[in-house]
Amino acid sequence: MKTIHVTATVNGDTVEYLCDPRETLLDVLRDRLNLTGAKEGCGTGDCGACSVTVDGRLVCSCLILGVEAEGKTITTVEGMADGETLHPLQKKFIEYAALQCGICTPGILVAAKSLLEKNPDPTETEVRYWLAGNLCRCTGYDKIIRAVLDTAADMREAS
Amino acid sequence: MQYHSPNTFEDAAALAVAAAGVTRFLAGGTDVLVQLRADIITPDTVIDIKNIPGVRDITRHDDGSWTLGVATSGAEMREHVELGLDWPGVVEAMDLIGSTQVQGRATLVGNLCNGSPAADSVPAMVTAGVEFSVTNSEGTRRVAVMDIPAGPGRTHLAQGDVISAVHIPARGARGGDAYLRFIPRTEMDIAVVGCAINLALDAAGVITQASVSLGAVAPTVLRLDEAAEALIGCTLDEATLDKLATAASAACNPISDKRGTIEFRTHVAGVLAKRTAKIAYARAQGVTK
Ligand SMILES: Cc1cc2nc3c(=O)[nH]c(=O)nc-3n(C[C@H](O)[C@H](O)[C@H](O)COP(=O)(O)OP(=O)(O)OC[C@H]3O[C@@H](n4cnc5c(N)ncnc54)[C@H](O)[C@@H]3O)c2cc1C
Ligand code: FES
Ligand code: FES
Repeated sequence: MKTIHVTATVNGDTVEYLCDPRETLLDVLRDRLNLTGAKEGCGTGDCGACSVTVDGRLVCSCLILGVEAEGKTITTVEGMADGETLHPLQKKFIEYAALQCGICTPGILVAAKSLLEKNPDPTETEVRYWLAGNLCRCTGYDKIIRAVLDTAADMREAS
Repeated sequence: MQYHSPNTFEDAAALAVAAAGVTRFLAGGTDVLVQLRADIITPDTVIDIKNIPGVRDITRHDDGSWTLGVATSGAEMREHVELGLDWPGVVEAMDLIGSTQVQGRATLVGNLCNGSPAADSVPAMVTAGVEFSVTNSEGTRRVAVMDIPAGPGRTHLAQGDVISAVHIPARGARGGDAYLRFIPRTEMDIAVVGCAINLALDAAGVITQASVSLGAVAPTVLRLDEAAEALIGCTLDEATLDKLATAASAACNPISDKRGTIEFRTHVAGVLAKRTAKIAYARAQGVTK
């Protein structure tokens, strides 16, 4: 099988990899770049556990080919914290215990961060619709929604 | 699987003609990748059209008509305020597709060419009078949306035909469109029935032009000319709405499946047609956006 050479920017670093055209971006992140934050829940776009941003746009990395990332800028959950300092959303998720098994959490954090960048003052309904493609089988969502809304309020106050 | 990323539609068409086996163009990939991952269709050749210049441009021409690049995502359409004011029905139909993540990739052209009878944006494109530029080795021609679907999972496009632009007509004065679907959940589901209506009114509020379309009630999208005629010359009184509902139900040729029976789909088509007409009418009057 012919592999293709790809150069992309992931969490601020230039990365190069060789990949089979059938591999998804999720496969590449996890198996070639050892960034195992993004998870595979379904592989078919339904669960959002694989959420990342590509050129600033929230997407499912399981629905993008690794070869499509050529020249693109990708951020994953690994790019959220600043060294040892967690992102406000990450801190709030811990404070609210907005996670149990944690499989959905990286995707939800990336999705919530993308929401707050576009809309610093979302309503509860807006948060629920934005995160409708992020399934969680443990928490019942309530703590997740509260944590996102409370982070938004804190970040507005701080800015 | 071969992956190509051409820089022109002519090259994309030529690659498709030269390819052996199963070929797919890759727009947002939200159907192609799902089918690949689920081992339903593993293409031998994938031709990514996203590196062709201009494929994400949304352009409003001097005459008020619009051209959208074929890789424009639902999210990009939603964020375009003027497009949403001119064609709220087309934008809301596209916006119903999938989650925020799917919206970041999914396109009108992919929704059409995947060939699902339940594709949400297709009825709205039918009533808007959308046309496509289709490029092949002979050149580029214009094709109306109704002339593309051939049946579930099939289109009338030939192997070397690639859609190279989406054309939406000018909105014109006192016009409005709307799209509603029925799904068992509130988000992230496949339409049991979808209905789009596009209207234009005169100064007195009498309907002068109408177009009605249903999705998910036949092997391909339906354009309901009789239902549209029932609207012309009327304001949206109860008698007119009842005629519309009867015509919409009569046009259905659905299947029964786990989402809805034939009887349910036929009934819901009438109910949705009424509701959709009211929204389109209010938009045409300028009462709502
Ligand atoms: C979680 C999830 C939820 C979804 N929900 C909905 C929903 O609610 N309603 C709905 O209607 N759909 C839904 N879909 C299906 C899908 O997202 C849509 O059909 C979408 O619009 C497809 O667009 P795309 O750009 O991703 O297409 P792609 O997957 O890139 O392509 C689809 C087809 O179009 C062809 N094609 C693409 N571009 C061209 C071109 N330029 N010329 C010729 N052929 C072309 C391809 O060859 C392929 O056969 C959902 C999908 C997922 C994963
Ligand atoms: S793994 Fe991508 S959406 Fe579930
Ligand atoms: S914490 Fe387990 S799936 Fe969300």
